[in-house]
Amino acid sequence: MTRTNLLLLAAVLALTILPLLLPVTGGLDEPFAGADGQAEAAILAGHPAYEPWFAPLWEPPSGEIESLLFALQAALGAGLLGYYLGLRRGQGTGRTAGGRPDRTTDVRD
Amino acid sequence: MHIMEGFLPPIHAAAWTAVAVPFLVVGARRVVTLTREQPQTRLLLASAGAFAFVLSALKIPSVTGSCSHPTGTGLGAILFGPSVMAVLGAIVLLFQALLLAHGGLTTLGANIVAMAVVGPWVAYGVFRLTRSLGGALTIAVFLAAMLGDLATYLMTSIQLALAFPDPTSGILGALTKFGGVFALTQIPLAVIEGLLTVIVVNLLTQYSRDDLDALAFAHGGAK
Repeated sequence: MTRTNLLLLAAVLALTILPLLLPVTGGLDEPFAGADGQAEAAILAGHPAYEPWFAPLWEPPSGEIESLLFALQAALGAGLLGYYLGLRRGQGTGRTAGGRPDRTTDVRD
Repeated sequence: MHIMEGFLPPIHAAAWTAVAVPFLVVGARRVVTLTREQPQTRLLLASAGAFAFVLSALKIPSVTGSCSHPTGTGLGAILFGPSVMAVLGAIVLLFQALLLAHGGLTTLGANIVAMAVVGPWVAYGVFRLTRSLGGALTIAVFLAAMLGDLATYLMTSIQLALAFPDPTSGILGALTKFGGVFALTQIPLAVIEGLLTVIVVNLLTQYSRDDLDALAFAHGGAK
């Protein structure tokens, strides 16, 4: 199972890195721009008169702050997911260890 | 897939919000019932939300030369059924709308419909269908997460095409345009989401058998 997961992870890495190595951005004004922003540009290209009628209540004051908050979002998610898997793995180990019932009860600590 | 703040005309924004609300109500009820009747699965439910949190924070380069992000909503949909994902997805979208200026409050309804309703329901449907046709668990998980991810971006393209039909080629022309921006970029990312979801399900089957059994997962998934 671990072996399978490592192979799957390698495939994920390959799919992520491949676009960076291929000459896919040739001729693009802004390589690897966000698709959300491109959609916004596409809207305004077809409907130049459209005025967004509402603005975000707050915007990250700089790209640095934005990346801070994105990193925070990823860290919160990964942290919780890792906690859950680690907890369950530990509980499983405690149970199969056998003959050490004290370990199974306080494994949550 | 985030439609930016203010980028849907008021009527469209209101209509998509009206579509999203019943799904949120049903989803919230389902979360309450689930945590009351099966309290041992609460942490797994939170983890499914956490998976969506991580994945939607990762902007990944695509072969189209642009960047986009997976959604991570397929995992929770196949574990707990699609309705709970309306709530979990909405939390992610609200975080990004308020703190990152990605998406927005006026477009929250439309974005919830795409990422937290259509994506999870497609993922759930594909999962059940693949399993009932005798497909292996990992294949079913992969297809569910991948197609759910693609469905989200297709839905966003439809929403934008309806709001901004092309002056000459109409709604279909606009759908081709927005689909070109979103759906094409998303194909390799959807594959990535499929693979990552399989990895997590593999880890769950290895370490968290009890929680999966409580949800009757692998016998076809949640009801």
